[in-house]
Amino acid sequence: MNQGLANSYESANESARNIQQSFVTASIAGQRIGILIAEVQDVLNKQKIHKIPLSPPAVVGALNLRGRIVTALDLRLCLNLAPCAAPESAMSIVVEYENELYSLLVDEIGDVETPPSHLYERPPATLGPAWRTVCSGVYRMDEALLLTLDIANLLEVTVDGAVSQ
Amino acid sequence: MMGICSSVNLLENLMTMVSELVLTRNQLMQTMCNEQSSAFTEPLQRLNHITSELQEGVMKTRMQPIGKAWNKLPRIVRDLSQELDKQVNLEMFGAETELDRQVLEMIKDPLTHMVRNSCDHGLESGAERLAAGKPESGRITLQAAHEGGHIVITISDDGKGLDLERIKSNVLEKGLASSTEIDALTDQEILQYIFKPGFSTASAVTNVSGRGVGMDVVRTNIERIGGAISLQSTAGLGMSFSIKIPLTLAIVAALIVEAGGQRFAIPQISVLELVRASASSDHRIEHIDHTPVLRLRDRLLPLLHLGNMLELSDETVSGDADSFIVVAQVGNYSFGIVVDEVFDTEEIVVKPVAPLLRKLAVFSGNTILGDGSVVMILDPNGLAENVGAARVSQQNSAVDRRAPEAKSSSDMVSLLVFNAGDGVRKAAPLSLIARLEEMAASDIEIADGRLLAQYRDSLMPLTPVYPELDLHARSRRPIIVFNDGPRWAGLIVDEIIDIVEQPLIAEIKGEMPGVMGAIIVDGQSTELIDTAYYLTRLHSDWFATSANTAPSNNAILVIDDSPFFRHLLSPLLQQAGYAVTSVESAERALDLKASGAAFDLIVSDIEMPGMDGFTFAETVKSSPEWGHIPLIALSGKQNVSRLEQGRISGFTDYVGKTDREGLLATLSSTLESAGGRA
Repeated sequence: MNQGLANSYESANESARNIQQSFVTASIAGQRIGILIAEVQDVLNKQKIHKIPLSPPAVVGALNLRGRIVTALDLRLCLNLAPCAAPESAMSIVVEYENELYSLLVDEIGDVETPPSHLYERPPATLGPAWRTVCSGVYRMDEALLLTLDIANLLEVTVDGAVSQ
Repeated sequence: MMGICSSVNLLENLMTMVSELVLTRNQLMQTMCNEQSSAFTEPLQRLNHITSELQEGVMKTRMQPIGKAWNKLPRIVRDLSQELDKQVNLEMFGAETELDRQVLEMIKDPLTHMVRNSCDHGLESGAERLAAGKPESGRITLQAAHEGGHIVITISDDGKGLDLERIKSNVLEKGLASSTEIDALTDQEILQYIFKPGFSTASAVTNVSGRGVGMDVVRTNIERIGGAISLQSTAGLGMSFSIKIPLTLAIVAALIVEAGGQRFAIPQISVLELVRASASSDHRIEHIDHTPVLRLRDRLLPLLHLGNMLELSDETVSGDADSFIVVAQVGNYSFGIVVDEVFDTEEIVVKPVAPLLRKLAVFSGNTILGDGSVVMILDPNGLAENVGAARVSQQNSAVDRRAPEAKSSSDMVSLLVFNAGDGVRKAAPLSLIARLEEMAASDIEIADGRLLAQYRDSLMPLTPVYPELDLHARSRRPIIVFNDGPRWAGLIVDEIIDIVEQPLIAEIKGEMPGVMGAIIVDGQSTELIDTAYYLTRLHSDWFATSANTAPSNNAILVIDDSPFFRHLLSPLLQQAGYAVTSVESAERALDLKASGAAFDLIVSDIEMPGMDGFTFAETVKSSPEWGHIPLIALSGKQNVSRLEQGRISGFTDYVGKTDREGLLATLSSTLESAGGRA
């Protein structure tokens, strides 16, 4: 499974050298990010999100995606940033983790990009702790750096963090 | 029968899809039932039938007879009886009763555990049994039957029953309660301790039981699937467990409520009743040191404000404003959930919550409603923890079937005063009693763990008012006999003292099951017993069927703008044998009149948007078609000037909205007098 490949950045690194990968790009707090296209289930425009009382702060609510219940997460809070200003009108990227769907709220959705593999670099060792665990690499794109996210790590950290709180 | 192998996963998927289909169907039906006729009506009817059949078919693939969970029991019992050197007969009834495979799996272990328990601690040894005048071989009975959307399984034995004293000393030893706390508890409450974690009555750990899997685990397992367990024990005569579980877990009926601007679902199985509290009605919210409680009939119900608990709102629960209270029950513990609004009951497909939310004990799952919105399903167990259910329950499932006699509190009534055998003088209203009899103790037989006596060519179930009454201490026993149609029921007492006439004002409200309150008779404190409590124990449907004997087939029109009350009243009246039509406004009712509909009685709300009840009454009374129909006014607010206004407008009588018994009584008396005139 693709998730397996993305599980650690070493393996992502490995695969990135061999094949070109496509990412759904988005921006969050001015940073461009990319999520492996194979991991993306859906990209959503603004949705009716039903709030869940007493839920951990990163959980914005739940939404109905064609009969499946999707937990909406504020990606900004997952990355230790200030919370999303208007979650009800934000766009989101739906990903699957351990048979559950999560929609990650972002500021803006970009194009699907397939950066050439020679632009790939490992994340810098000086990256802050919130990003380091979830970032699988950096592409030196012309216009701006594209940070790729390791969804499995991101959700693992978020879910575990919430459960152990 | 030919069978095919099909993957369980495929079946599960099919089940989920059919469940979704059922919900979509329900939603369509709901939208369309408001339309009188349209091109969709017919295809929709067909869709409705096909969906139902499909659902039934798919459900059947998942249904299995409960006998599957039982088939190992005879062997287990046989092995045990050898090991314990006891003779045990295992009788099983209703093994063909079907239930969902998933549910079946989950109750298998609890059932086995309870049967083992009965063999080990319940039944005495052969010698002890003979000494107690019982047949040498003990009997364990398993019974299963469908009841509504549930299956009820009873496991009973004719052993020695639970040893109250041993439970008490065990509770003390384990530090589960202090001795003063225990002294204040009734027997029924003490019995509840066997469901507590860390409790086991087995004085020695044997091979058979006492392996750490206690009744608390049994109860947890049963409650996890939305079931309930209760027990009854009569010292020396045996005990029985009764388990009520849903047939399937895939679709459940849930009550949709709103709090803090959000909707939530409460599984219907835990909902006892809905109460609307307001300052002017019988039910009002009061405070004990800022803790809100509700006076519900003769007991105080702890309240939990849902919006506040979920941190959606921060209101003080006041006694002045009208509020809706969902009375929920967890095990034998009941409490009230204060909500802002009560909507409909919907069938929902339960989906587990995301792992992120698993630690929220107040939610048991989530679901998508007919309109596409996602709502959380409240877990009554989780909520109960918030109202301090850690306390052993002191409620009893019979509390809510109070006899109506308590209402006429200031009238003079005749009371039968008697001694039940525990030294406390007790009384029961004479008007409820059919006869007083005396029976030889030897005529009282034990069958199926219950006391029975032959009476007037039928079997009359009996129960002692004082559970520990030694039946054989006297050769003859006075019996208080109650009658309902062909059915008889009797209470065994120690001696009849007197019949007195006095006002029925309960000085102290009863806290124990079976006691309505304390009164003073001849200067002595006397417990007024709750006859309903005993009668429903003897015939669980005593009040249900006596309501059915009400004049049937009378057509009743109910007008109320609140869907809440329409949903509350219609089933109540239907159960009482009336044909009910309900509409949401006076204008709709007049449409019915124009279309030539005929009714025997009209029950109408007063405060309604559009035409109010008074105007409606005047219109109806002056019309030739409906002028003769008796009208009954319904209102949340009862005051004298309105009552007068109502009479002038043409209402025959006036009933409080929440006064169910009052409403039923008024209906039947009004219909009777109307029939008498005709």
